[in-house]
Amino acid sequence: MATEVIPRQAAQAPPDTPPGGAPARHVRDPGRVLRLYVPLGLYLAFTLIPFYWMIVFALRPAGSTSPVPWPITFDHFATVWNDIGYAVFFKNSVIVGVLSLFFTTVIALMGGYALARFRFRGRGLFMVVLLCTQFIPGAMMLIPLFSIFRELGLINSLWSLVVADTVFNLPLSIILMSGFVTAVPFQVEEAAMVDGCSRPRAFFAVVLPQLRPGLIAVGSFAFIHTWNNFLFALMFISRQANFTIPVGLSYTIGEYSADFGALAAGGVVAALPVVCVFAVIQRYLVHGISAGAVKG
Amino acid sequence: MAGGTGRPRTPRWAPYLLISPTVLLIAIFLVYPIGSVLYYSLQHYNLTRPWSDGFAGLDNFRRMLLEDPLFWSSLGFTAKWVVVEIALQLVFGMALALIVNETFIGRGLARSLVFSPWAVSGVLTTGIWILLYNPTTGIVRYLGAPEAAVLGNPDTVFGAIVVTELWRGVPFFAILLLAGLQGVPGELYEAAAVDGAGRVRRFLHVTLPHLRDAIVLATLLRAVWEFNNVDLIYTLTGGGPAQVTTTLPLYVAQRAIDAKDFGYGSALTTAGFVILLFFSLVYLRLSRFGADHKA
Repeated sequence: MATEVIPRQAAQAPPDTPPGGAPARHVRDPGRVLRLYVPLGLYLAFTLIPFYWMIVFALRPAGSTSPVPWPITFDHFATVWNDIGYAVFFKNSVIVGVLSLFFTTVIALMGGYALARFRFRGRGLFMVVLLCTQFIPGAMMLIPLFSIFRELGLINSLWSLVVADTVFNLPLSIILMSGFVTAVPFQVEEAAMVDGCSRPRAFFAVVLPQLRPGLIAVGSFAFIHTWNNFLFALMFISRQANFTIPVGLSYTIGEYSADFGALAAGGVVAALPVVCVFAVIQRYLVHGISAGAVKG
Repeated sequence: MAGGTGRPRTPRWAPYLLISPTVLLIAIFLVYPIGSVLYYSLQHYNLTRPWSDGFAGLDNFRRMLLEDPLFWSSLGFTAKWVVVEIALQLVFGMALALIVNETFIGRGLARSLVFSPWAVSGVLTTGIWILLYNPTTGIVRYLGAPEAAVLGNPDTVFGAIVVTELWRGVPFFAILLLAGLQGVPGELYEAAAVDGAGRVRRFLHVTLPHLRDAIVLATLLRAVWEFNNVDLIYTLTGGGPAQVTTTLPLYVAQRAIDAKDFGYGSALTTAGFVILLFFSLVYLRLSRFGADHKA
């Protein structure tokens, strides 16, 4: 389960074979339409209509009630970017997201490699601790973390978010990463070492290149989480110059609830980076989870 | 494959060096804080009233259990919220995972689209659904909803936040279950089909048993997540109207952020820990989860 690293078919899980291995049935099969396309269509509508509605609000002029965004205006984007300060929030979110991505990926790579390649005393305990941290609620940690960051002088600093988000990203990232490392055959590394490479050298030369999908999955995962984290940013940052996107958005919801155009445009700005990242990585993510986190 | 210990060139302490940053971070920012929550919960510790700080004994807990109706109502609402959300996410997430596990043209695109709300934050989800729920310009009007504000009405607000959270929660459930589905060997279905098992029986006797671990994991993770869900409810309703949608963590956040009452907030937090711990233990026990971890 969450910390299962015993090798199995792993990351390159049977990609596109339908369970059942049944030959693709004829598209006109009416049962298939009812079973597959109708529910999928309904679910797609449920997923996409809210996005569409946001885009309509963001692009049509204030006061318009047209169900299509026509004529198109970018006034709302100008308002949120310049007047409300999204240019600054966006920059802050990128800084925190990228730093947390970097630290999470590097530390998770170290930990994941250790779990996948070594049997050491305390390994089982380490895995149980990682598992347990999955059940520690961020909201419940607000008060002590606030005190710690106050002691460290990091309240109102973006570093408080980098640290807190990295810590909360780490356990799942290590579990995912160890799955990806396990999927790289050890013989590859061994061959390089027989040829005279040191272990670190063998790692960088042979293993790291094969871990690219894993690094992408774990890094993006960390980035998305950090980009979206609202609670820590709300709690640890009160100076507007250091707001991140979710905090800015929450104020837009509060103060501008009459100005739906601004709210929607802010939403588009908040959604674009993560939805794009996600569209690219979702298949790595599914493979990563089946390799590292869920024993089939 | 794992188990390369004892190679001459790899020192014994190498794995410890590799896990040391993680251990350090977890110790400082997760383990120590949990200890300090327990400590604060026994203190009067209010940033707005520093003159009355000091050892409180069990006073915070007495107040919480005996004198605070909001504690009990927030706890009750949390339970209702978790049960309803998890049940619905399990059913819809399973259906969605089964659908996108089939082979069809455009499946990759369909997966990207239906999973995309998972990447969207609670605050953004709120922003989007406020546009949908708006009584004058929102899309709910096209669906025949009453003119009144959906979120301001105690009768409709629960349904409204449940649907909103489903929008973003079902995809994650489906991702975890899809990952599990990919580990089910295809031969089993063929064998079952040869034996004359229909679609439903194949699902019940092949898919479900194989998905058991994935279901346990997904349910547990989501239950904890929904228990702790603050961002969506906080920004969507602020816990209102009249505190009917205040969950326990939201109540903690209110005490901590607005009232700066860290002592009492810590007592509430401790109650949350105890509940989660109890819930996790029962769950782990029932599912024999963790049996593989005696590495």
